[in-house]
Amino acid sequence: MDFKLRRPLEASSNASSSMMSEISRNLKPGLPFIPCDSTNICYGARQEQSFSEFPPPQVTQCHGLYAREQKTETKNQLEPSSAVNDLVMDWNPRLMLSNLSFLEQKIHQVQDIVRSIISQEGRANELAAQQQLVTADLTYIIIQLISTAGTLLPNIKNALLSATPPVAQTGVVANLPVNASQKHHEVLSVELAKASEYDELIKDLNSGGEGDELIKCLNNSVAEVSESIPIEDHDIKDYDDGMDGENLPPGSYEVLQLEKEEILAPHTHFCLICGKGFKRDANLRMHMRGHGDEYKTAAALAKPSKEASSEPAIIRRYSCPFVGCKRNKEHKKFQPLKTILCVKNHYKRSHCDKSYTCSRCKTKKFSVIADLKTHEKHCGRDKWICSCGTTFSRKDKLFGHVALFQGHTPAIPMDDAKVSGMSDHVQVGETTNGMVANMGYNFSGNASDDAQSLDIKDVDDGQGYFSPMNFDACNFGGLDEFPRSAYDVSESPFSFLSTGTCSFIPRNGEN
Amino acid sequence: MAKSRDLCRRIDRSDGFATLTLDLFSGSPNPNPCSYSRSAKRVRVSCASPAAAAAEENRSNPFDSLSEEVLFLILDRLESDPLDKKSFSLVCRSFYAAESRHRRALTPLRSGLLPAALARYPSVSRLDLSLCPSVTDAALASVGGALRSSLRSIDLSRSRGFSYAGIESVAVNCAALVEINLSNATDLSDAAAAAIGRARNLEKLWLARCKMVTDMGIGCIAVGCQKLRLLCLKWCLGISDLGVGLVAVKCKQLRSLDLSFVPQITEKCLPAVLQLPHLEDLALVGCLSIDDEGLMSVKQESKSLQVLDMSNCQHVNHAGFSSLLSKTPELREISLAYYCKVTHSLASSLQKLYNLQSIKLDGCEVTTSGLKTMANSCRSLGELSLSKCSGVTDEGLSFFVTKHKGLVKLDVTCCRNITDLSLASITSSCTSLTNLSMESCILVSREGFRLIGQHCHLLEELDLTDNDLDDEGLRAISGCHNLSVLKIGICLKISDEGLIHVAKGCPNLQELDLYRSVGITDIGVMAIARGCPLLQIINLSYCTEVTDYSLRSLSKCSNLNTLEIRGCQVSSSGLAVVAVGCRKLTKLDIKKCYFVDDAGMLLLARFSQNLRQINLSYCSVTDVGLLALASVSCLQNMTILHSGGLTSNGLAAVLVACGGLTKVKLHSSFKPLIPKPILEHVEARGCLFQWRDKPFQVELEPSEVWKQQSQEMHV
Repeated sequence: MDFKLRRPLEASSNASSSMMSEISRNLKPGLPFIPCDSTNICYGARQEQSFSEFPPPQVTQCHGLYAREQKTETKNQLEPSSAVNDLVMDWNPRLMLSNLSFLEQKIHQVQDIVRSIISQEGRANELAAQQQLVTADLTYIIIQLISTAGTLLPNIKNALLSATPPVAQTGVVANLPVNASQKHHEVLSVELAKASEYDELIKDLNSGGEGDELIKCLNNSVAEVSESIPIEDHDIKDYDDGMDGENLPPGSYEVLQLEKEEILAPHTHFCLICGKGFKRDANLRMHMRGHGDEYKTAAALAKPSKEASSEPAIIRRYSCPFVGCKRNKEHKKFQPLKTILCVKNHYKRSHCDKSYTCSRCKTKKFSVIADLKTHEKHCGRDKWICSCGTTFSRKDKLFGHVALFQGHTPAIPMDDAKVSGMSDHVQVGETTNGMVANMGYNFSGNASDDAQSLDIKDVDDGQGYFSPMNFDACNFGGLDEFPRSAYDVSESPFSFLSTGTCSFIPRNGEN
Repeated sequence: MAKSRDLCRRIDRSDGFATLTLDLFSGSPNPNPCSYSRSAKRVRVSCASPAAAAAEENRSNPFDSLSEEVLFLILDRLESDPLDKKSFSLVCRSFYAAESRHRRALTPLRSGLLPAALARYPSVSRLDLSLCPSVTDAALASVGGALRSSLRSIDLSRSRGFSYAGIESVAVNCAALVEINLSNATDLSDAAAAAIGRARNLEKLWLARCKMVTDMGIGCIAVGCQKLRLLCLKWCLGISDLGVGLVAVKCKQLRSLDLSFVPQITEKCLPAVLQLPHLEDLALVGCLSIDDEGLMSVKQESKSLQVLDMSNCQHVNHAGFSSLLSKTPELREISLAYYCKVTHSLASSLQKLYNLQSIKLDGCEVTTSGLKTMANSCRSLGELSLSKCSGVTDEGLSFFVTKHKGLVKLDVTCCRNITDLSLASITSSCTSLTNLSMESCILVSREGFRLIGQHCHLLEELDLTDNDLDDEGLRAISGCHNLSVLKIGICLKISDEGLIHVAKGCPNLQELDLYRSVGITDIGVMAIARGCPLLQIINLSYCTEVTDYSLRSLSKCSNLNTLEIRGCQVSSSGLAVVAVGCRKLTKLDIKKCYFVDDAGMLLLARFSQNLRQINLSYCSVTDVGLLALASVSCLQNMTILHSGGLTSNGLAAVLVACGGLTKVKLHSSFKPLIPKPILEHVEARGCLFQWRDKPFQVELEPSEVWKQQSQEMHV
């Protein structure tokens, strides 16, 4: 994964440094380029939504042919393009050309990968990885394309100007020299007002290690935090609100933007000698001890102190590299992220595949492993169910939900009904007794017993709920009088329910 | 047509008629009703000339000429006695049909009769199934099918055997359903509650003792029945603040809410409940999770709350209560029974309640200063209950009554310290008293009773049980001519002489309690029977001098429905006379009437078809007599301990034969002797067995000894 992600990056640095000027004309619209639609990428609903704000991927394949034409094509989707025709004079054609040729190269790479996918159909494991790669590459291409288009806009210059000075200032940690060949391409800001500035920045980033140092320093501290604090809540909203409640006025803080690859990189600290990567700076320092006595000194092992304490602390906030995201600084209602951890979690949750599936319910997917772990703690305990199919782990949450929405009622599990149905017999027959036991009689809140709860799920298959839909299946004369409208909204979540997410029968045994 | 309109007008005018004769064939345009009176109900519809009637009958029934409108007006006046309507419907077909269409309320004895009854009465709106111990889902489904548009109220509080499916068929089919009483349905779960939730127009719902219903169920009800005005969740152990909170959010029309004895209820739901715009009546009896701090944290006010019952809330003290009272300025009635201590500070918190009418402080510790402060804080109380309060003194009570001259009801039961002094102030200030309960006020003497008789002419209910009352006192009390309820049990000094005074002075007497007033003999009872024809309830238990002569005289009281003659010297012949005379008899207690035997049972079975409850312990009744009782279709409650002639086989036969039994108390020695399948069968029909293991005790305790024992227990 790490390696595959790095490939396009190296290519990009090559492209920008060599400034290739020739435009490849042999890229024709009819080329066998597999359109990268949303079904191909396993994006969730959230990603699909934000994705649609971009030019569709098919468009990108023809941009190399004639850039201007592409711009007009994307006029509707891409807001900045409206300004393109008016401000033709303000941009640097050479730079544009170089960017475009670089993009072209990238597209070739993607093409290659897709071809290889076609050729080796059937191997599921590789296919998934390659799909991901294609996705990543295409995302990158889109971002590049937009930033290229952004150079046509004279008025978007503030972001870079505010972001550049600190880059020079904050390269403070010197005890971790980084192998330049291994380092990632660091783009702190995508938006560039002037082509020259863009150029400078790219050069800066490619030649000097300062930017890297900054990122590493930040990552270091953040990674420590991320490992030490157990993540309790997997509600995305709670996490995304890194800035909420702060209400810093725009401009009072500096905005940093990590590249996607940077965010997704598993390691941020690399050993200079053997090249091994580490998540935490402290781990690297521990590792360094093995390379010689000079790394065992107290100074070398000491935690790099923040010398920045002398100077006034600069409030630093982060932007998501995904254009169109509310956390991206281009967004009208930009809400910055507070820490790098926030950036990482936000990016993974919102713009990445949810590759971790819950082993219990086999339905819930997560992109952050901590979220999965949190979910697994509670999975199967969602025993409070609304008639709309929404499940809640806590009764008060369910009642809050019911109080809020008209027509929603608490859903009562069917086996309850069965129990009361047998009420006129003092003793429950043996056969029914056995059946009820299968239906979750023994469950009684014993969620820690995995095997048992899974059994229950398999047996009742989501049918066991006393819900409006079940009502309609019954044979009472006047049932059609029952107003269905209140539940119509909930139809689709309910079908979701029947797939087995919420099949754990709540027993009211606690009361 | 003109004739029928005229009839209507006349029936309208005859508000309560004893006998109304409608002369259908006389030519006179304005036939006169025979007599008018307020109390009786009998209609005589006669054909004036037999010849004409015979001639008419050839073509059509003369009664057919009466329009349905007229018949309905007549039927409107026959509500008081079910037998009257039965007779009415037997006159002819049109009368039968009119009665069927007219009937709105139905109280079937057996659920098995339901389909036939529903077919006959298509417009029943009130269905009371409290006499049917077992109601199946099929029966409820037939109700749902037959009374689709008319049913408004159904009472299942005494029934078992149905499930959520039955409730659902009623709730879904009967769109006009407004009231459901499901109290005591202890085995109903949330599914039943969800079914109730489908009765969209429900306004009143009783779920007392539905212990299995949880918040989920009550949530379904809250969402489904948003027109609810009354909700009783007494003893619903599974309900917590969440469910009640949701009810308060969804059912904005709620007037009355009973959360008594719900252990999980805390103050957290109170803000939402008090926010209900129309809430008038709130009961929080025995909510042990509500405490002082919680109540003080409640900031929500309620401008509508009028009745508050917080009896038995043991963790609430005056601080929390005062805080709550300051939020509910419109209160009219407060009940704080078994509250810790009524002191000055609590009493002063009543000051802001301008509309306060009634305070109940049963079982509290009341201080004199508290009582005085309360007297000063409240404006004008109509009702005060200090029953079983310790610390009530003459000083406090006298002060109170002089401040509240408008008292109508006063209960000082077991306030043992009050004397004639209190009574002097009570009688002189509260002349409008109608109810006075002063059981076991042992220090009150003849003078006190004289004052009652002298001043309280409006008294309707008087409880002097276990007082130092004698014939002189009773003579004074007979001055209260409006008395309808008089309880003078355990008054060992009274005799026939006093009773004769009562019989002369209180013609409206309906209930008389002479339990263990051993000085009473047949003479006194005969005087009462003659002087008080409206008598409905009489208790002569352990008045050992009472014999068959008393029963003969009581047989003239045709309204008598409850007769308790434990340990009296009565025989079967006396009982037979009562059975013939008092057709409304529903409750009979002849425990330790050793001379009552099968002959009495046979006549009882023949004439007392309304009998519901009987106690036959220690009687000389055998299997035969008991089997005869099985023909009383209403019989529900039987107690038979130590009946010598009874065999297990006979008992088993009786149990099977009496289809309507709901509760049977038997000696536990019978339990192994009666075949188990029979017991199970009877239980499945809805009967509960209570097996008692009391020792056989032939001789009666002398009442003096008994009284002494009971007083020692009190002290």
